[in-house]
Amino acid sequence: MRDMSGIAKFFRRNTVAYMFLAPWLLGFFVLTLYPMAYSLGLSFTDYDFTKPDSTQWIGLDNYRKMFGSLVGESQFVSTTGEVMRVDPYYKKSLSVTFTYVFVSVPLKLIVALGVAVLMNQKLRGVSFYRTVYYIPTLLGGSVAIAVLWRKLFEKDGLVNGALGTLGFTDLPSWITNPEYSLWTLILLTVWQFGSSMIIFLAGLKQIPQEYYEAAAVDGANRVRQFFSITIPLLSPVILFNLIMQVIYAFQAFTQAYIIGGGRGGVLNSTLFYTLHLYIQGWTYHEMGYASAMAWVLLLIIGGITAIIFLSSRWWVSYGVGE
Amino acid sequence: MGSGNNMKTGTLVRHTLTHVFIIALGLLMIYPIVWMIVSSFKPNNMIFSDPGLIPKAVTTENYITGWKGYAGTTFGKFFANSLIICALAIIGNVISCTMAAYAFARLKFAGRGFWFAVMMVTLMLPGHVTLVPRYIMFNTFGWVGSILPIVVPKFLATDAFFVFLLVQFIRGLPVEVEEAAIIDGCGKLGVFLRIIVPLAFPAMVTTALFTFLWTWDDFFNHLLYLTRPDTFTVSRALRTFVGDAGAVSNWGGALAMGTLSIIPAFILFFTLQKYFVQGISTTGLKG
Repeated sequence: MRDMSGIAKFFRRNTVAYMFLAPWLLGFFVLTLYPMAYSLGLSFTDYDFTKPDSTQWIGLDNYRKMFGSLVGESQFVSTTGEVMRVDPYYKKSLSVTFTYVFVSVPLKLIVALGVAVLMNQKLRGVSFYRTVYYIPTLLGGSVAIAVLWRKLFEKDGLVNGALGTLGFTDLPSWITNPEYSLWTLILLTVWQFGSSMIIFLAGLKQIPQEYYEAAAVDGANRVRQFFSITIPLLSPVILFNLIMQVIYAFQAFTQAYIIGGGRGGVLNSTLFYTLHLYIQGWTYHEMGYASAMAWVLLLIIGGITAIIFLSSRWWVSYGVGE
Repeated sequence: MGSGNNMKTGTLVRHTLTHVFIIALGLLMIYPIVWMIVSSFKPNNMIFSDPGLIPKAVTTENYITGWKGYAGTTFGKFFANSLIICALAIIGNVISCTMAAYAFARLKFAGRGFWFAVMMVTLMLPGHVTLVPRYIMFNTFGWVGSILPIVVPKFLATDAFFVFLLVQFIRGLPVEVEEAAIIDGCGKLGVFLRIIVPLAFPAMVTTALFTFLWTWDDFFNHLLYLTRPDTFTVSRALRTFVGDAGAVSNWGGALAMGTLSIIPAFILFFTLQKYFVQGISTTGLKG
């Protein structure tokens, strides 16, 4: 070993390290970087995997097809000179997804924080309660629960049965009524607040008890303590939860797919972005268009994550006593 | 003295109210799941009318009709398919993610900071941007219709979540043991196999656990790649109870097979609870 020159040592060390890294590196290049570049390229074509030989370069047509519906166009002249219809459902899928994300994520975090604060008191049986509250999160992503949810919110389902015994009459089918169907999915998401709650609980345990004692001596009540101690000290954890949940919520698929029976529900009221993308790509074989949609989704998620990050300098504190 | 007692009484009242509230909310939260389990034992025609938890009649008929499955394939096969995919996914993830994590956490090499940043970015990347090309690629390989598109990526550490989790864990291990082993002439591979793997075992269990749950519950990839009924997994097969317009013909069977499908998650959850909490609070696992 002693006689190895510096360069040989450098190569040896790097070779060993890159051997450990090899599976991940291969996966990164073959399954992430190359497909990303490829899908960006496809987004400028009319690729259909059942007839790949007739693929044409169509410039920005896929993007015009997407955004045309946002500016109120119904058709446009394509690169090849034909009249092309805009995607009439794109706007709907955006509004459904934004409503879902911006309602379900804040609600979920508020509930998770509220329950975590309650549980952070020195209560008996907290670990048992934590277990029970985590069960919906454990199972909530499964097809079984999505099927169950359909059953619960149908016209003659459990929810209406329970509301009926309370004296309510003339209840709708929450699943097939386009005014309510998205809300059943939002409820399903909020119901799964267990992970966020556990992360908040771990964060709350880090806050020294002395701060609360000092605040109590100064005459601050519990509400005041919550807003001037708990929230600021927990703000990095809130930021973290917020970003992860937003990224995750934009990609929601399974529950909407099952509850809508493989489609976007009545009047596309639950046509999630990812569901629309799947239908375009795999039902209609518009894979160039689906790729364009995927890239726009990436930009939307990236943009919103960046906005949250930038905004965090005004509301996240990384120290005490500001 | 008196004020001290008042404070104690105040705390007692507050704690009691908190308990009542937490228990009430907890019951409301698990009610749908308990109802599903109970209803799976009710005769098909009573599931609609009966919101109660105590069945007026008990039957195993739903389990018999549900088990028959779809297109001549029974749920026995679907469970076997799910288990095989999960087992391979666990093996792949644990090996490939632990290897990558060891390199990131302990080895010095050119470009470490850069690759680690790349790994963290992929953590936040929506899978949809790679979807179509991956499908085309797997289609060219002739893999669509098999389990390979679901299983092979796991051997290439594509779940950056677990790489991150393991990096965090390995960084927290004491370095002294590894240094002593290297002085004793142990190579990097020896250190990895004899020291890192045994010490990082808890984090590897967490990885295995969440790999199992996410693969078991995964629907999207199974929908894309498992095209023949005899290759269906449990989650893919449960979808066949819901018709294309969303109508369900056999509710009893759907609830019965749904109940069976959540049993593995329950068993793992109650036997490996500490790994759950560890996994969630170190990386904020999604969900």
